[in-house]
Amino acid sequence: MRKLISIILLGMVATGLFMSISQIPFGEPGERIGDHFINQGVNETGATNIVAAVVVSYRGFDTLGEVSVLFTAAMGLGAVIGLVRRKKTHTPIEPASLIVYTGCRFLFPVILLVGTYIVIHGHLTPGGGFQGGAVIASAFLLMYLGCRGKRIRENLSRGLESLGGLLFILLGVTGLVIGRDFLFSFLPEGEAGNLISAGIIPLIYMAVGLKVGSELTGIIDHLIEDTDELPE
Amino acid sequence: MNFLSEYTYYIGAFSLIIIGLYIILVKKNLMKVIIGFSIFDTGIYLFLIAVGYLREGTAPVFSKPGLDAGKMVDPVPQALVLTAIVIGVAVLALAVILAIKIYAHYGTLNLRKIKEQRW
Repeated sequence: MRKLISIILLGMVATGLFMSISQIPFGEPGERIGDHFINQGVNETGATNIVAAVVVSYRGFDTLGEVSVLFTAAMGLGAVIGLVRRKKTHTPIEPASLIVYTGCRFLFPVILLVGTYIVIHGHLTPGGGFQGGAVIASAFLLMYLGCRGKRIRENLSRGLESLGGLLFILLGVTGLVIGRDFLFSFLPEGEAGNLISAGIIPLIYMAVGLKVGSELTGIIDHLIEDTDELPE
Repeated sequence: MNFLSEYTYYIGAFSLIIIGLYIILVKKNLMKVIIGFSIFDTGIYLFLIAVGYLREGTAPVFSKPGLDAGKMVDPVPQALVLTAIVIGVAVLALAVILAIKIYAHYGTLNLRKIKEQRW
């Protein structure tokens, strides 16, 4: 009975979705809001990666909101874990084999380097703070899986996360202080295509990368800590 | 047949959304419901990206000179999806940790057996 109701409901949703999706042309050129960003973005912001220009410059305030959603989710996770502290059961962690251990230790700095590169070149090539931060967090995930028993310092990750968020807001407020808008690009735009160009976009993306990287690492740390403590 | 090859991305996004909704509505296991949420998310990302697509378009990045601005895909949905993916991961982690806590409290993940979760 319950299944039947669900399927009838789903059928109604599917019909509505199909009728609206089938009206949207696929891959056809037409009036787009993105055309302004594509045509004027390089002149206006100095960033060659238009997606980065949209995320950080045109929609910078939205990005700040999205970063705070991320922060709230991570904070809620930490709060839920901290709610019920089970007593620590010291189950011995089976160490990984020598090959896995050495491979992880070899790959860890390389992945960190790639992540940092993606963050720093966010305004020039595909990539940016969110993607680079995820890559950095994946390096820590590899360490957690391959070298069980190693831990990051929790205070350090929390501090870096707060530093990233603070940097974002400070850069935004600086625009207000010098008498312009929030997130106003107060640095010179420079020549498009150079590493040091595009005003405050690389700085903000670095702050976002720091924040996302330490945030996701903190989430992984919380989850692994919780599963390690689960009773048999 | 022409319709299938023309609208592959829309069909994929539509199917992912419907599959995700079906799992959320019908499945009993809380972990499977969370997986359904994740599939639903993926369908929405694919749909947003497909709306901004331009046939034979390039990425909206002026990485080398001589790229035609008229042939670039729409950067706005890409910017939306790129933040949404990272947030999706964080929210998924929050959902999983809540499921772990529910299991620790009730001893089961079956939504029919948890009184407060029944509908």
